[in-house]
Amino acid sequence: MARAVTQQRKIINTTLAWGVGLLIFFPILWTILTSFKTEAQAIADPPIFLGFDWTLENYAAVMERSNYSRFLWNSIIIAGGSTLLGILIAVPAAWSMAFVPSKRTKDILLWMLSTKMLPAVGVLYPIYLICIQFGILDSKIALVIILMLINLPIIVWMLYTYFKEIPGEILEAARMDGASLKEEVLYVLTPMAIPGIASTVLLNVILAWNEAFWTLNLTAAKAAPLTAFIASYSSPEGLFYAKLSAASTMAIAPILILGWFSQKQLVSGLTFGAVK
Amino acid sequence: MSIKTKLFAATALSLVSASALTAETITIATVNNGDMIRMQGYTDNFTAKTGHTVEWVTLEENVLRQRVTTDISTKGGTFDIMTIGMYETPIWGANGWLVGLDDLSADYDAADILPAMAGGLSHDGTLYAAPFYGESSMIMYRADLMDAAGMEMPAAPTWDFIRSAAAAMTDRDNDINGICLRGKAGWGEGGAFITAMSNSFGARWFDMDWNAQFDTDAWANTLNFYKGMMDESGPAGYATNGFNENLSLFQQGKCGMWIDATVAASFVTNPNDSTVADKVGFALAPDTGLGKRSNWLWAWALAIPAGTQKEAAAKEFIEWATSKDYIELVAANEGWANVPPGARTSLYENPEYQKVPFAQMTLDSILSADPQNSTVEPSPYVGVQFAAIPEFAGIATEVSQEFSAAYAGQQTVAEALAKAQAITNEAMEAAGYR
Repeated sequence: MARAVTQQRKIINTTLAWGVGLLIFFPILWTILTSFKTEAQAIADPPIFLGFDWTLENYAAVMERSNYSRFLWNSIIIAGGSTLLGILIAVPAAWSMAFVPSKRTKDILLWMLSTKMLPAVGVLYPIYLICIQFGILDSKIALVIILMLINLPIIVWMLYTYFKEIPGEILEAARMDGASLKEEVLYVLTPMAIPGIASTVLLNVILAWNEAFWTLNLTAAKAAPLTAFIASYSSPEGLFYAKLSAASTMAIAPILILGWFSQKQLVSGLTFGAVK
Repeated sequence: MSIKTKLFAATALSLVSASALTAETITIATVNNGDMIRMQGYTDNFTAKTGHTVEWVTLEENVLRQRVTTDISTKGGTFDIMTIGMYETPIWGANGWLVGLDDLSADYDAADILPAMAGGLSHDGTLYAAPFYGESSMIMYRADLMDAAGMEMPAAPTWDFIRSAAAAMTDRDNDINGICLRGKAGWGEGGAFITAMSNSFGARWFDMDWNAQFDTDAWANTLNFYKGMMDESGPAGYATNGFNENLSLFQQGKCGMWIDATVAASFVTNPNDSTVADKVGFALAPDTGLGKRSNWLWAWALAIPAGTQKEAAAKEFIEWATSKDYIELVAANEGWANVPPGARTSLYENPEYQKVPFAQMTLDSILSADPQNSTVEPSPYVGVQFAAIPEFAGIATEVSQEFSAAYAGQQTVAEALAKAQAITNEAMEAAGYR
């Protein structure tokens, strides 16, 4: 009897999980489907789900009009660069907070998180003027720095949580064996925290890849990433949903593929320490 | 090699060097409209002519406004040319943010620009942006449905006629709505439509002392008429319909009439996209006999931000893109129906263009809109579907949200107008107008 209840619950849970998963995935699925419709079919009322003439004309139009590879390259550099820089800064910061905490550590962590509560537009003009002053407007370096700063609190928090799970005695043992601070962080702590660092890197890449406010406001022709590529297909006068969907699909495809192949690390990292 | 050949070679070499020295790369911010995208396709023609290359930054309309406003107000210098509208041009010109275009070459023939467009893109008599294409609004209607209803569309109808025609054409069983109009919140969407409509009902945004006028009978009549007609004959969910939603409905044969931008005429008569392409008629936007029609005036225009290092090259581009030659280039390759409309007088004198079915009605609509004198009673602002003051976009967006809520039945028209009055007066007081 108990076994039957468990089985029943399992089916219900599985069904529920699939239902929620499909619900969350539906907008992406709809975007992908729309990208294969004509403009008229894309906005048809009632909406057409699968019964339409599949076409690649939107992809052809997007490829003809835009230099996709340039936008893609900019996205890779900006997302990758900001993540790498963020990790380089966050690992030592999280190490010190996790293993050598002071009485202000909690306050510092909360203060770091509070910077995420400021609406981005509130600092648009100061950041814009700084970029002009340093001659880095419409440059990838500006976005690498800014996105790193924006995501740094999350990276530090995540790494801090992972590091807290690692017994301090192991590091102490390494110290007793004569490991320097650099060796302790590089050869003892980092290998043990690899799953946590991997999931932090993945999450940060996704956040940086999808960031739209700063990437739209600080770029023009040279450093514009895929967010600007998508934005260029919205039109106030004329049907655009199918082409916009094709552009969106092309923009999210690399990150979807990355997420698909690394979902194991992502899930294990995100749920690390969740159940105690 | 003879002396003559050597001299020729030296001259050619020096000319090439000179052109390479002066060749610039200009960055242009623009919107994703059909005519703008088409222009991008002809950029090679400009480069071949001048040696200058062009980098395009295409953005969504509202993002573009925010982006170029930030750049121009901080003197960022990111763009050498920006695509702006009739709302921004006089304001930015007055701020000294734009380069005046009064010194364009004689070949350009600036006098050929339609006076209504030139007036709307100028400040204190100086042209600050050259119109790439211009538009007004007009009625696009299904001639077959009008015939079936036993009615005939006058060239210049009244709102009462439109309402009765809409009711007669409505066929809910066959999913045909007598009339489709913008109701979507946003100063450039439903806000633009209802403001232009209110002009024909004798309403205005402000009196001469900048007091809001939403507590007048004229505004109540406008909104009550709009909502009554749309509830009777409009599509379901009209409160969230904008240009694109109505375009789609009309192209699918689900609207008897649509009053919107003249530029839509080329879309609804294009047999590749529209199921009703051969059944569309055109008429002037309606009035109520008070002397003002309900059509607006708008232009997408090219302007040069003050402080650009490439002013000369930018002016060359503007002269090329808004020239008669460019219009002929597009006509030769894509037909006269696809040339950018509404900017030049000579286009409407061209016998080939006169054959385009909506050409004359577009011109008549543009000519009947007067941004300097758009309301029945005097008003202190310039603009037909907007008031050309910096605060207007923010205020009108809020006001149009209240109106959309009334269309959706979330509040009464009286409540929406009372809120609009309070929002507007409060904002104008804060801005120091009152």
